[in-house]
Amino acid sequence: MVHAAYEGGFANSVLGSQGLFRTLMDAMARPGTVHPVTTLASPPAGLNSTAGAILLSLCDADTSVWLTPDLARNSEVREWLGFHAGAPVTGDKAAADFAVIADPCRLLDLGAFALGTQEYPDRSTTLIIAVEALTGGDLMELEGPGIDGRIGIAPKPLPPGFTAQWAANRARFPRGIDLIFAAPDAIACMPRSSRIINQPGV
Amino acid sequence: MSAQIATDAAPAIASYNFAYLDEQTKRMIRRAILKAIAIPGYQVPFASREMPMPYGWGTGGVQVTAAIIGPEDVLKVIDQGADDTTNAVSIRAFFAKVANVATTTRTMEATIIQTRHRIPETKLSAGQVLVYQVPIPEPLRFLEPRETETRKMHALEEYGLMHVKLYEDIARHGEISTTYAYPVMVEGRYVMDPSPTPKFDNPKMHRSEALQLFGAGREKRIYAVPPFTEVVSLDFEDHPFEIQTFDRPCALCAAENVYLDEVVLDDSGGRMFVCSDTDHCEDRRAQGHRGEMAGHPLETAK
Repeated sequence: MVHAAYEGGFANSVLGSQGLFRTLMDAMARPGTVHPVTTLASPPAGLNSTAGAILLSLCDADTSVWLTPDLARNSEVREWLGFHAGAPVTGDKAAADFAVIADPCRLLDLGAFALGTQEYPDRSTTLIIAVEALTGGDLMELEGPGIDGRIGIAPKPLPPGFTAQWAANRARFPRGIDLIFAAPDAIACMPRSSRIINQPGV
Repeated sequence: MSAQIATDAAPAIASYNFAYLDEQTKRMIRRAILKAIAIPGYQVPFASREMPMPYGWGTGGVQVTAAIIGPEDVLKVIDQGADDTTNAVSIRAFFAKVANVATTTRTMEATIIQTRHRIPETKLSAGQVLVYQVPIPEPLRFLEPRETETRKMHALEEYGLMHVKLYEDIARHGEISTTYAYPVMVEGRYVMDPSPTPKFDNPKMHRSEALQLFGAGREKRIYAVPPFTEVVSLDFEDHPFEIQTFDRPCALCAAENVYLDEVVLDDSGGRMFVCSDTDHCEDRRAQGHRGEMAGHPLETAK
């Protein structure tokens, strides 16, 4: 019998990681744009396939990962991440290089993650937020580097009060966290440099 | 098992990992690139590796390219605008060997362009990534040698020293005499060294459609300018930033408003000025443009 932790990694780890990274790089360089992804990894239930693939392509023994409580209690997910990426799971948000948010509605305090310092703003957490879809939520209009004028994005679901949280994150620039929205079939990013210029859902 | 390997792969020679670097190194560089894009103009420290070429040959650019390149990419490498110089040829050959990617000299066909000290004359588009080889990433380094101090200056957005330097240029020479590695302000926050490109190229960085990545191997820094990002050359109201102008067109393709290299022809003062961007020049000559020293028509480019 094969344990679930051993299954579901990249079929081709070298090119799988490379291809997904290029999609991520493009998404981070052009905030708010939606980039379709094919299913590359099959993590245990609880973690969506895109979030799982992002973890495999970016994480290793050098990066600690914080998981939302439901995921952190899920031994299959922890073992899968340990076996395929070798990444340590941390319970300390402020020490995490990456954080996986499986239930975005309960994402409350963006400021509790590592924000970097004024000297080293890169020492911050990158949040991977598993969403159901990148359309259908409240439309956020973004401005900032990487965006020609404005762009709209509507990931679903997002927690109430997200706009205010993001404004606080933006105000800390160059410190702050970066977001990767991982839908089952697509990726979009919101780096700390992006500003939400409307009042979504109002 | 061993018998199977022997029959499947007859010349069983150990080969490099795809794109030379090991996967853990690539992940480390990729994480640095994502941070660099998120904080435009900020220099992200990374664990630069020894590469099979000396520092100064573009080890930073090569590591960035190796971390992003895939089998579908088409790579162009230029050195001072030229595709056919030693540095460009050897880096192109390196990636053709270790990543088996297609290479080109044509700017329009390339998906990744690694460059040393020029930005192509042809406007870059959204699907392209420009990778700069950077010798000294810190724009304040010659003004303040201590890393702890320059880091604090970036943290506090304290760039007065840079303006003093440009002002002293004006006091001494009547104009800002910095002609390459001319400092820029990125998105109103970080002062950045655009690498030793001529200041002629600075305006091309402003709101470029292509993603621009900068790799400094010896100094272990990666930084980035995302597309559509404000890149403003530092200047003064009464001494506005100006790019170089040339009083004659390219001697081979008659192009104007491009960056020209001076070529000494003999020891009695003979010289010509030609496009620094060789692809741009070849392209124009193929279209039938003739400069005053063009001579015979080019053969069809192969």
